[in-house]
Amino acid sequence: MNIFLITLIRDLKMAFRNPSSFLNPLMFFVISISLFPIAISPNAETLMTIAPGIIWVITMLSVLLSLNSLFHYDFDNGVLEQIVISHHSLPLVLLAKTTAHWILSGLPIILLSPLLGIALFLDSKSIYILVLTLCLATPCLSLIGSIGASLVVSIKNSGMLLSLLILPLYIPILIFATSAVSQSQFNLSINGQLYFLGSILIFSLISAPFISAVALRISME
Amino acid sequence: MSKLSVNNLSCQRGYNLLFEDLSFELNSGEVLRISGQNGSGKTSLLKIIAGLKSPELGSIAFEQSKLNSEKYQLETLYLGHYAALSSELSCIENLEYLTNLSTEIISPDFHTALEEIGLKNYEYELARNLSAGQKRRIALSLLFISRSKVWLLDEPFTSLDSDGVKIIENQIEKHCASGGLCILTTHQDCNIKNLKEISL
Repeated sequence: MNIFLITLIRDLKMAFRNPSSFLNPLMFFVISISLFPIAISPNAETLMTIAPGIIWVITMLSVLLSLNSLFHYDFDNGVLEQIVISHHSLPLVLLAKTTAHWILSGLPIILLSPLLGIALFLDSKSIYILVLTLCLATPCLSLIGSIGASLVVSIKNSGMLLSLLILPLYIPILIFATSAVSQSQFNLSINGQLYFLGSILIFSLISAPFISAVALRISME
Repeated sequence: MSKLSVNNLSCQRGYNLLFEDLSFELNSGEVLRISGQNGSGKTSLLKIIAGLKSPELGSIAFEQSKLNSEKYQLETLYLGHYAALSSELSCIENLEYLTNLSTEIISPDFHTALEEIGLKNYEYELARNLSAGQKRRIALSLLFISRSKVWLLDEPFTSLDSDGVKIIENQIEKHCASGGLCILTTHQDCNIKNLKEISL
């Protein structure tokens, strides 16, 4: 088995043996979205208008919450040192770890979002577009987040710094994803937004593991 | 004959120059002990030789392979301060992952390695349930699996009892007798044959 699969399986196995590590951000996602109808208005029209923004902002925050643990744990116990000096490709190992992070943070959000969309009175077409934007953009959140996580890995309590580094990079994704869902509610074309999200996905998939690898080597010095 | 060459190495941490113009050669069969006070740069030197840290100046080569080349990394085994164990994984699972990272051995015999290090019957125990000494032993059991020629051991005897120290000393001697070489740092006395020493 190659090192990508070995690392992916190891990280998933570790997460399932300590489920609170990935369930806490998911609980945050579900609870905070379900509080909006209570806090703002149970009116269907109001909720339908703000639903794409709510779901997308909370998605970003819950991914940010889980990003801190992406490399920290392996840094603290010394495994990251062994990964960096391994003869295997460092970007490939980091891509495996980022994929595991997406499976544990992005994928459950994609699976839960239709239910939360219904709770916020989104129609079926908007829910379909919402899921589509999440499928295209949540991997980008993990990939771009991995760059920030590797930069701050050696800094204790780096949550705030990580947010400051990463949130500006998340803003274009937020703008295009929410506008795709909003515009689909008015039957406007959303091809432009989807192409943009797709291109960010391809760009981050190609470049993020390499940038993370360089950032990690600098952080480990 | 294998030879590790360290030439004119300088290392700085923050504003402190830890060492400069450090050169030595180590041939197969030799063990080098790096001694020095706390903060003198022993760990930094090992990290530089392992490829974890870049030196300010100088070069390192092993049998014509340059630092950070794939061959160099396959030929070196670095065990640092931390045991490199994940508490959610069992001893075998931890060893499997570390072996996959550091070697190209297809099907290593983890059971024998754990038996040799004195952890028989702990194969499927989660690392979080082990004591500090037992965790250190799991990390050191890589010495019974690895085929790397250069061993870089940072304080390998920490947390080990006298039996454990003896097992590791014997394994280092065996490794050197079969053509390997070893660089270690320790503040404890060690009884290893062909021990050279440099002080930082």
